[in-house]
Amino acid sequence: MHKLLTDEPGKKMLLLGNEAIARGAVEAGVAIAAAYPGTPSSEISLNFFQMSQESELYFEYSVNEKVSLEVAAAAANTGVRAMCIMKHVGMNVAADALMTLAYVGVRGGLVILVADDPSMFSSQNEQDSRYYAKLSGLAMLEPSTIEEAKDITIRAFELSEELEEPVLLRTTTRINHSTAVVTCGDISPPKTKGDFTRNPMRYVTVPAVSRKLHVRLLDNLARAEETANQSSLNFTEGKGNWGIICNGVSYTYVSDAVQELGIEEKATILRLGFSHPLPREKVNSFLAGCDRVLIVEEGEPVLEEAVKALAQEKGKLLPIGGKSTALFSRLGEFNPALVREKISAWFEVQETLHDKQEPLIQAELAPRPPTLCAGCSHRATFHAVKKAAAGMDVIYPTDIGCYTLGMLPPLGMADFLICMGSSTGTAAGFSRTLDKKVVTFCGDSTFFHSAMAGLVNAVFNKHNFTLIILDNGTTAMTGHQPHPGVDMEKHGLSGFGKIDIEEVVKALGVGYLSVIHPFKLNKSIKVLQEAFAYKGVSVVIAREICTLYGKSLKMPKMKPFYVSDKCQNHKDCIDQLGCPAFFVKKGRVNIDPDRCTGCALCAQVCPENAIRPVKTNDK
Amino acid sequence: MKVIRLMIVAVGGQGNLLATKVLGEAALLAGIPFRMSEIHGMAQRGGVVESAMIFGDAKSSLISDGEADILAGFEPLETLRALGKCNKKTVVITNSAPIPPFAAAVGWSAYPGPEDLQIQILDMAGSLNSFDATTLAIEAGNVMAVNMVILGALAGTDLLPVSAENIRETIRNKTRKNFIDVNLKAFDLGFKQ
Ligand code: SF4
Ligand code: SF4
Repeated sequence: MHKLLTDEPGKKMLLLGNEAIARGAVEAGVAIAAAYPGTPSSEISLNFFQMSQESELYFEYSVNEKVSLEVAAAAANTGVRAMCIMKHVGMNVAADALMTLAYVGVRGGLVILVADDPSMFSSQNEQDSRYYAKLSGLAMLEPSTIEEAKDITIRAFELSEELEEPVLLRTTTRINHSTAVVTCGDISPPKTKGDFTRNPMRYVTVPAVSRKLHVRLLDNLARAEETANQSSLNFTEGKGNWGIICNGVSYTYVSDAVQELGIEEKATILRLGFSHPLPREKVNSFLAGCDRVLIVEEGEPVLEEAVKALAQEKGKLLPIGGKSTALFSRLGEFNPALVREKISAWFEVQETLHDKQEPLIQAELAPRPPTLCAGCSHRATFHAVKKAAAGMDVIYPTDIGCYTLGMLPPLGMADFLICMGSSTGTAAGFSRTLDKKVVTFCGDSTFFHSAMAGLVNAVFNKHNFTLIILDNGTTAMTGHQPHPGVDMEKHGLSGFGKIDIEEVVKALGVGYLSVIHPFKLNKSIKVLQEAFAYKGVSVVIAREICTLYGKSLKMPKMKPFYVSDKCQNHKDCIDQLGCPAFFVKKGRVNIDPDRCTGCALCAQVCPENAIRPVKTNDK
Repeated sequence: MKVIRLMIVAVGGQGNLLATKVLGEAALLAGIPFRMSEIHGMAQRGGVVESAMIFGDAKSSLISDGEADILAGFEPLETLRALGKCNKKTVVITNSAPIPPFAAAVGWSAYPGPEDLQIQILDMAGSLNSFDATTLAIEAGNVMAVNMVILGALAGTDLLPVSAENIRETIRNKTRKNFIDVNLKAFDLGFKQ
C-alpha cells in the first residue's frame, strides 16, 4: 500500500513537505486532483498519481496549469473536494481561469497549491505568488513547517468550503523539499460524486452575471478577513515591544534567531499563516503594542507595504523596517544567519553568539552544471541540426525542458527562452524581424502544454521557421510524468487515450513535416536540410525515448562503445558532442562503459572510425 | 537539546538523499527531534545535491554559512565547494575519490589536487577525515554504497545524537531488501574509518 494511504492515526512518519501536503489532502478527503508537473511541487502530484491507482482518488496530469485548474474547478462546483498543484510560473498560465473562478467560487473545497522558488533553484524567475492572492481576491494560507503543511492543507479545504471560494496554499522550496516527522491523522473517505443544478445566471460569467459575482467576491473577501483575524494560523509568540512580523519559512528563522539572541523578553513575533486577506484588526492590535517593527518576508515587500499602509491609516508613527537598502533584499532566499543578523541590526542587539568566520578566498572551483545525460537523444538532434545548418546564419529560440541544457558548450543550442511554450511564439517574432533562419525546439510535453498554440498561430499567419519537436516519450525534466502523447498501455495503465503528435501537426496544415530518429545521424541531417530549405512553417519530429526513462523502464541495454587504437586523439568527439561518458586519461580519450548507453552517436562523428561497440571477443 | 547541524554534499546519483533519509528514520526511531532539507534541482543530470540535517530544538531546516558542525562530502570537489558552511570547529568527513565534472574529465578545466584539498579544508574547518569511500564501497560489494560508507564514518565520530545501532536497524528495515547486506557491510567499513 502507498505509505500516504496508511490509516493509522497517531502514527509518526518521516515525510517530505510535498508528501505532508499530499497526506493532508488525503486526510481531508480530496476526491479529484490535477496538475502539470513543476519543481518544486512535483512530488505532490507524483504521490497523487501513485495513490490514484490504489484508491478512489482521481488524479490527472493535465496538459497545462490552466486546464488542470479548470478540471478541479468544475469538480469542486459539483460539491466534491478538489486540488490543483502547480509551481509559481504555472500560476501565470492558470491565471486566466483563476481570476474569474474567484467570481464564480466553489461548493466543495478547492485548494490551489502554488510552490514558489526563491533563489530559483529550478525556475526561470522568482516571482512572488502572494500577489496572485491580492489580484484574485482569494484567501492564502502559508505553512512555516512540514508538520504544519499537512494540517494547513486540511484547514485550506475547510476554509474553502466556509468561504465558498478556492483557497491558495502557498509554499516555497524549503517547505516542499524539507523533511520532518509528521503525525498522521484520520483519513476522511472522499466524496467522489457530486451534483450540479444548472443556473446560468449564477455560473455563466457573461457581464450581467459577473457584475453580481464581483459583489459576491468582495463580500467573501470581507468574510475571509474576519476569519483571518480570528484564525489560530495567525499567532503571536514572545513578549516585549519589539515587533517582528513574518510568514512562511521566515518564521522558523525568526523564531530561532529570537531565541539565539536571547531577546524572547523583548521581541514579540506575529506569524501570519493566513496571510491574505491581511488580518488588519490583528495586525493593528499587534502594532499598538510595538514601538519598533521589522517585517521578515522572502520575495516582495507584500506584508511590508500592507502593514505600513495600515499604520498610516491608524495614525501610528513607528519605525517599520523590511526591504530597505540596509535590511532585507528582494532577491533570493533567506537563511537563519541572515535573518538573525538583520534582527540584531534593526533592534541594535549585540550578536555575540556566532563569531563570523572570514570566508576563505577559494580558488575558482571547477563548476558542475547539470548536463544532458550520456546517450540523451537531444544531443544527437542538436548535433544533426548544427551539421544541417552549417554555413547558415541561424538563431535558435528554445523552450523549457531537458533540452534547455543544450545551451551549454559544446552544443550551445539555445538563444532565447522566456517561458513554457514560448518556442513557437518567439520563433515567429524572430522570423519577422531578423534576416536569419529560425530553428526552434520544444519537447513533446511542452508541445501539448502550450507550444501547440504558437504553431497554430504560425500556420495561420504564415510565419517562417522550423520547429523541432524533441519527442522523447515523456516529461523528462520533472521526473518522467506522462503526457497525452504517451502510450499508457505500454506502462500497464488502462483508461487513457493517446494523441499522435504527427497527426496533430498534419491536421494543423503544416507545409513540411518529417520524423527523424536522431541516432541515425546522416539521414537526420538530410531531412533537416530539407526542412530548413522549406519556406514557411516546417516541423521535424525527432523521436527517440529519453534514455534515463528507458533505463527506469528496464529497456534492453545496448553494448557500450570504446575508443580503439585507431584514435588520432584530435578529440572531435568530445569537442562536438560533450557526452558525459567521455573522459581523458593520460591525454587519451576514453569512454566510461558504465555510463555509455551505446547510442552510437560518437561512433558516427569520429572521422577515424575509431569508436566501436565493445564485442565479447574484442578488447 | 543541543542543536547539531550536519551538512551532506554529493554529486547526483550518489545516494545522498537515501543516506539522509536513513539518518532521519534512525532519529525518528530514537525519538530525537530533527529536521532536514534538500536541494536536488537537476540531480539526475549530474548536478550537485545538498542536504542539511538539523538535530535538536531548532525550527529552521537550513544551515547558514559558517554554521555546520559536521560536513560530510561524498566527493572531494563538492566538499571543497561546501566549505563556506564550515567554521573553525567543523568536523569534515569526506570521500577522497574524485568524480570530476565533465569539463574537468575531458581536460577543459582543472580538478584540484589532493594536497590542495587537504590544505583548503584544514584552513576553513576544525578537523578532516578523508578516505577512499569508493574503494570501501566496492569492497562491500557495490560502488553505489558510498553513501553507507560515509554514514558509517559519521556514526563512528560520536558526534551524531543517533547511535550506530539505530542506524544499523534502520538500514535493515528501510533500505532495499537485496542491498541490506552490502549496505550493512559498507556501513561497518566506514564506521572503522
Ligand atoms: S532525462 Fe532524458 S531527456 Fe533529460 S537529459 Fe537525460 S536522457 Fe535526455
Ligand atoms: S555511444 Fe558515444 S555518445 Fe553514445 S553514450 Fe556512448 S560515449 Fe556517449
